[in-house]
Amino acid sequence: MKRYGQEISVAIAIAALGIVLAFAAPGYFSRENLSDLFLSNMPVLVVAVGMTLVILTGEIDVSVGSIFAICGVAAGVIAKAGVPALIACLAACLIGAALGALNGALVAYVRIPSIVVTLATLTALRDGLRWATQGAWVSDLPLGFQWFGLTQRVYPVVALITSVALVAAVGWGLRNLAAGRAIYATGSNAEAARVAGIGTHKLVFLVFVFTGALTGLAAVFNSVRFDQIPSNAGLGLELKVIAAVVVGGTAITGGRGSMAGTVLGVILLGTIGPALTFLGTSAYWEQALQGVVILAAITIEALRSRAEKREAGLAAHRV
Amino acid sequence: MSGPILVAQSIAKSFEGVRALKGVSFELLAGETHALIGENGAGKSTLIKIMTGAVAADSGTLSVAGEIVAHNNPSVAKALGVAVIYQQPSLFPHLTVSENIALALEERSGWRRVDWKARRERARVLIERAGASIDAERLVSTLSMPEQQIVEIAKAIGANARVLIMDEPTASLTEREVESLFRVIAELKSQGVGIIYISHRLEEISRIADRITVLRDGEAIATRDARSVDRGELIQLMVGRPVNAVFPKRTVALGDVMFELRGLSSKEACVSNVSLGVRAGEILGVAGLVGSGRTQLAETIFGLTPADAGEIFVAGKRVEIGAPADAIACGIGYVPEDRRKHGVILEMPIYANTSLADLSEVSHAGLIDSQEEDALAARFIEQLRIKTPSGQAKVGTLSGGNQQKVALSRWLATKPKILILDEPTQGVDVGSKSEIHGLMVELAERGMAIVMISSELPEILGMSDRIAVMRGGRIAGILSREEATQENILSLAFGHVAAPARLP
Repeated sequence: MKRYGQEISVAIAIAALGIVLAFAAPGYFSRENLSDLFLSNMPVLVVAVGMTLVILTGEIDVSVGSIFAICGVAAGVIAKAGVPALIACLAACLIGAALGALNGALVAYVRIPSIVVTLATLTALRDGLRWATQGAWVSDLPLGFQWFGLTQRVYPVVALITSVALVAAVGWGLRNLAAGRAIYATGSNAEAARVAGIGTHKLVFLVFVFTGALTGLAAVFNSVRFDQIPSNAGLGLELKVIAAVVVGGTAITGGRGSMAGTVLGVILLGTIGPALTFLGTSAYWEQALQGVVILAAITIEALRSRAEKREAGLAAHRV
Repeated sequence: MSGPILVAQSIAKSFEGVRALKGVSFELLAGETHALIGENGAGKSTLIKIMTGAVAADSGTLSVAGEIVAHNNPSVAKALGVAVIYQQPSLFPHLTVSENIALALEERSGWRRVDWKARRERARVLIERAGASIDAERLVSTLSMPEQQIVEIAKAIGANARVLIMDEPTASLTEREVESLFRVIAELKSQGVGIIYISHRLEEISRIADRITVLRDGEAIATRDARSVDRGELIQLMVGRPVNAVFPKRTVALGDVMFELRGLSSKEACVSNVSLGVRAGEILGVAGLVGSGRTQLAETIFGLTPADAGEIFVAGKRVEIGAPADAIACGIGYVPEDRRKHGVILEMPIYANTSLADLSEVSHAGLIDSQEEDALAARFIEQLRIKTPSGQAKVGTLSGGNQQKVALSRWLATKPKILILDEPTQGVDVGSKSEIHGLMVELAERGMAIVMISSELPEILGMSDRIAVMRGGRIAGILSREEATQENILSLAFGHVAAPARLP
């Protein structure tokens, strides 16, 4: 149980929030509200799946917000050229993967710290897009693009199935595939993983590529909900995503965490803000409260890992 | 020369039950260069740490300039004028020479105005007294290694050092740079500074030292006048102990050459032109001083610092090794020296550590079969007698000996034909140590070729069929089990070529 300590604390927090809401604002659990909540948080969840892998290997990617904006605009432009929505979606994922590959190559092979690389791509890509679009939004999208040509009632189901399948597949792979084991080993101790024959550089590269592709997917699922695609989408997305992953118990130093934790982190941070509105508090408190939750989560995590280190340290002195 | 400036009397120190110093007495005169020599692990660095206050002695007294130092710590030692210069200068590379000197000497009150002119002037004077001329405004990162050492010496002079300890100061210097360092030492001596000089280079010691004290197994064996002692005697004194431990070595019928290096070199790792061969069933010991390139050789073979010249043959077939995965695919296993940093992953459980180097063994189509994985771990826990509640325990919670056994099981799980062990029993308790030795013999009997790097001469002599001695990234000589003695291994390691050396 100790192993899932953080996940359990987050689950308890979500449950507590749910109980309060059930009594104080039962309207919160209406089908419409839940559907809205899910759709607005789905991009965060999808990107967080990739971010979990990035953080597990001991790296970070703060450029996802800019990649998100580029992929959304690209999907719209491609769809307007008369390409079917699914192909446009695939193209957006490929563009995301290519931008992820740029990040990954600089981090893994040129060996620049990931925070530096992705900070640079965050601003460069964002301003590159602004220059290319001159700030214009993509409008007059074809009918087949919006809601993927589905009805507004069916679309959330498709989005839900996609998210659940993605989370389940990556979570399962992380636990059961050799590649998942390699991710944990690299994040725990990259040097030792390398001695054990793991191609740590290639692994880090691929994790960035995968996260880029997922960011493209998230951008498309977000874009189809509106009749225009803003060229400034995804501002601050990176912070929401990283916060959710960290709140979910993934150690920012790498090597420890789980997909379940990330899902719980997304749920907690995604519900807490709207819940305030439902409880009649000013929405201005949302960001502040999210900050408090993040601080609480990382403090608990830090104390936990210190206690664990102390234990391990004592044991190592026993010969 | 005048009276003693530093006297250590019957200093004893144990680390977790291991006696590093067993009552060492040592005396340094003002204006004297006193060399301290001994094998790896003889207790030199512990003694130095006690003098500089980095480590507290269990018993014994230390006095500086006639005064007993009751409670030594680094700032007390500094105030008394004891300064130390390590092999690697410990300067701040992005600050200038004068700033580095100022940081060491000035009182640290954050609100004091900095007198830049005085700083520069002091730096200039101190560097001049150290016998050099370096622009005080240069960044330390632009200085050569000997220039950095000069800055360290200037810091020591500025702190009014009366005792200057130099730990392998010439290890990274060229011959010309050594000469200029020696002039500085002569200058310091004439100013009455006492110098403790630690080095592995015997020829250099007989030039620079006035007296030589030999440490062995935590005891000061002898102090000799440097002018009248010869190198053979020094080596004799350093070794001088019988091989008392019993090793489970058995003679194994040797098979074909399993592993061969021809002219292997790596500039990055400073390994040059290494040629050797190991037969199936053979244990090749690799001896040499710390820094002689033994670990670097292993890392070159294993693809961590891939070779840029030379060839590697496994079972007669030439192989290319560009990364550890290639080495593993060729049937090479490598248990590295620093097990906590490289050998195991402390945060992961035993089962995950055991399977890590060959996950394909316990997985089907990339999918890990956790039952097979647990069974693999359980097999090694039993076979190597790893003391743990279960295979689920994190390796960080195990003792040193058991961690090493986990590191071994990881490589045994890959069923290697060649196993490279770097300091396999360092920091391992006596019981685990002999178990690991027993295991090595068993593996050799099953036809494995083993390369064992060790700093412990009894282990090298007790376990090896042949012994390769390294010096400066090269093979200084290869000795057979019959001809190998502690004396001729050390002679090769120190570069004193009087012993029968047979080049490969």
